[in-house]
Amino acid sequence: MTAATVLSWVTVCPLDRLDQDRGVAALVAGVQVAIFRTADGLYAIDNLDPVSGAYVLSRGIVGSRGEVPTVASPLHKQVYDLRTGDCLDLPGVSVARHQVRCHNGMVEVRLRQEG
Amino acid sequence: MTGGNVVVIGNGMVGQRFVDALRARDPQGLWRVTVLAEESWPAYDRVRLSAYFDGADEEDLNLHTPHDGVELRLGEPATGVDRSRRVVTTTVGEHPYDVLVFATGSYPFVPPVPGADLSGVFVYRTLDDLAAIRRYAKDRRTGAVIGGGLLGLEAANALRLLGLTTSVVEFAPRLMPVQVDTAGGAMLRRYVEDLDVSCHLGVATTALRPGADGTVAALELADGAVVEADLVVVAAGIRPRDELARAAGLDIGPRGGVLVDAACRTTDERIYAVGECAAVDGTCYGLVAPGYAMAEVVADRLVGGAATFPGADTATKLKLLGVDVASFGDAHGATPGCLDVTWTDPAARVYAKLVLSDDASTLLGGVLVGDASAYPTLRASVGGPLPAAPLALLAGDDAVGATAGALPATAQVCSCNAVTRGDIDSAIADGCADVAALKTCTRAGTSCGSCVPMLKQLLDAAGVVQSKALCEHFDVSRQELFDIVRVRGIRTFSRLIAEHGRGRGCDICKPVVASILASLGNGHILDGEQASLQDTNDHFLANLQRDGSYSVVPRIPGGEITPEKLIVIGEVARDFNLYTKITGGQRIDLFGARVDQLPQIWRRLVDAGFESGHAYGKALRTVKSCVGSTWCRYGVQDSVGLAVALELRYRGLRAPHKIKSAVSGCARECAEARSKDFGVIATETGWNLYVGGNGGFRPRHADLFATDLSTEALVTLIDRFLMYYIRTADRLQRTAAWIEAMEGGLDHLRAVIVEDSLGLCAELDAAMARHVVSYSDEWRDVLGDADRLRRFTSFVNAPGVPDPSITFVTERGQPVPVGGHPSDAQGRQPVALGLPEVRR
Repeated sequence: MTAATVLSWVTVCPLDRLDQDRGVAALVAGVQVAIFRTADGLYAIDNLDPVSGAYVLSRGIVGSRGEVPTVASPLHKQVYDLRTGDCLDLPGVSVARHQVRCHNGMVEVRLRQEG
Repeated sequence: MTGGNVVVIGNGMVGQRFVDALRARDPQGLWRVTVLAEESWPAYDRVRLSAYFDGADEEDLNLHTPHDGVELRLGEPATGVDRSRRVVTTTVGEHPYDVLVFATGSYPFVPPVPGADLSGVFVYRTLDDLAAIRRYAKDRRTGAVIGGGLLGLEAANALRLLGLTTSVVEFAPRLMPVQVDTAGGAMLRRYVEDLDVSCHLGVATTALRPGADGTVAALELADGAVVEADLVVVAAGIRPRDELARAAGLDIGPRGGVLVDAACRTTDERIYAVGECAAVDGTCYGLVAPGYAMAEVVADRLVGGAATFPGADTATKLKLLGVDVASFGDAHGATPGCLDVTWTDPAARVYAKLVLSDDASTLLGGVLVGDASAYPTLRASVGGPLPAAPLALLAGDDAVGATAGALPATAQVCSCNAVTRGDIDSAIADGCADVAALKTCTRAGTSCGSCVPMLKQLLDAAGVVQSKALCEHFDVSRQELFDIVRVRGIRTFSRLIAEHGRGRGCDICKPVVASILASLGNGHILDGEQASLQDTNDHFLANLQRDGSYSVVPRIPGGEITPEKLIVIGEVARDFNLYTKITGGQRIDLFGARVDQLPQIWRRLVDAGFESGHAYGKALRTVKSCVGSTWCRYGVQDSVGLAVALELRYRGLRAPHKIKSAVSGCARECAEARSKDFGVIATETGWNLYVGGNGGFRPRHADLFATDLSTEALVTLIDRFLMYYIRTADRLQRTAAWIEAMEGGLDHLRAVIVEDSLGLCAELDAAMARHVVSYSDEWRDVLGDADRLRRFTSFVNAPGVPDPSITFVTERGQPVPVGGHPSDAQGRQPVALGLPEVRR
């Protein structure tokens, strides 16, 4: 994680820039954040795929495993829980999650300090 | 004896099997082996000899495996055996032996009729025989075969394929007299005569008559008939080649053959005989399976074992002139007091007979003509109780299908590898949960494959549920999903999953549905909801690399490219700082592009006349070609022209997996077409089509599918092949695995797309026609559409900012990603994935 510790909400883009069940990457205070829009709402996690080290999670396929909303890494297909950032295929692996909301038609992100 | 010199006389199928078996049992190489071969070809598959006329060559039929410590001496026939000095003499010299194995096989029996030595009269035994028949058949009109047995009918089919009007003359009153009974023979005759092969049965050939030029011109039959024939093949049976053994003073069986005991040992303890030349306790066997068993017995004996010849299963199932024929056990009802149950359906052209014990409790044997689907179950039941009522067994697949579970544990399910029901059941109990696992674990179904349907039934009988579910969201297979989408006209994933699935989908089912929708022509793959289904490669119409950048491959049809276009590719690569590499498919891959650069790169390429090469898609990739008759002094057809036409016809076609192709302009095969999903090789008169090849993890040569096709006929077959594959294959199943998994394999495929057995061809043709007219370049379609273009930014909130994580260093003059592992740069450790550790 970078040194950035911005704890305020940052406006990213209008909600309609996000396709349903797909992600986008945003640059928030130097941190690459992957933002997803699903039927259940918005999710934000680090864009960094911890397995490959590439910044690609925003380009994964969104879906579900049981009741869990998920995204699969586009590189090697490990699946992550969008709510917690935990990897469902590799115990002990997880990605940082961030706060995201829609406010007045705009998507806003607040970085979370973790670890 | 624990080693020394083994001399093997003969390198036929059984001789080769003996060498393979000995090498497997003698890993230390205590036995040195010398093989003396009369023919100039190393061991080949004589059972499939007729495939030579379908275009197979020596290499396709080759069975020879080189081993350490084995010397193969081709074209050096043995001429004598001196048992006192223990040496074999050949045309060249002498070979001392500690153990000698006769594997001399048999020779074709030619009846002593006048004219049998005329020019134009052939036997049907070796590759050289077949090559001579093929040469002689040129410019001849009529052919005849003396002998209506298994080999005679194969020869008749060969003459048909060579374009001769063909007759068969058989001394017995029916075709295949050894295997089938009178009624079965009559049914077989109807099939054969439908192919315009005329049959003269129950009559002897009395003479072969020459024409004006002194070569054979006609057969005279005992009933006074004269059969015109410019070419005659004699297939009137075989005789064991025992002349060397006779001369060496070994005992000979009552009807010929080197007499051996159950250990396959002759009257000289240092000498064995195996295969067709051996008379085991007086009986010769003209089938390969008993010969293989003998080879294994002798190999076992040489390493100190005590194996004995178990007696032979003479059951046969084959396809002759397109007709299924099977015969097993006491097919002729020779057992005293036995009962016959027969079933004849003249309309469906099916005949079946079961021979039962006098109390109707035990199956003794049977004959099947026209439909042999019950053969695996029936053969396995011989000697045991009937697994179902006799008529139910004969009447149809379903009735029989349900009964494999009723077989006793001792029933042999796979006779090729001697695997019993009991073996299968214990493998299932040990955790084998599908056919593939059973094959690996027991070897059942790995040779002829006829028992594979029974393996499935036995899994069912054991209560193993073989799931065909695509993933947790859909309970159906890809093929069923395809039919649902096609038949119900569903055009969106959300409707499909709402009506036929559950949950929100995943990285398995979404790309599958995206591919199905694309195959059915659902518009641009990035339109509307479809965009969210695509894997990242299809989503960005480029190939994701391990550092998060993409590579770009413009289409170069057939590998043919102008200097101007080459220069454009060079300029684009230089201007965007891309790494360039020539691919195996005769095109150029440009690496290291960020998503925001992709449209700019495409703009330059499209303006210069390029289009997407679909390197990112489960779609047609390239049709590779050699330079062909345009330049090459060996080429016989324009391979580049055809490759370009095929690539343009099938470009953009979405499929269950990537599809590769190639066209070679002559038999030298420089384009490596046989390693492709569909490969085309030029002949003097047209094209040969091969299907089901691939490189990759499990390389496989494509199988010959059709020969000497016109370009039009070739394209029609490929159209149907591809569309049938797209409709029925599983997710990520290449064409090779698809054909292997297909019940009936290549024959079934041929029935469906050549003979239209399912009535599907018109639909398949129409589907391909729709694809061809609706094709549009996916790159160009993005460039002209602002809505599609907006996805191509690195960051949604900073469109002008390049992804700072993508950086390069220079290696051999080109940009490459930083570091051996991208995460090293950030001080993170690679995550263990349970794979073997690689130390650096």
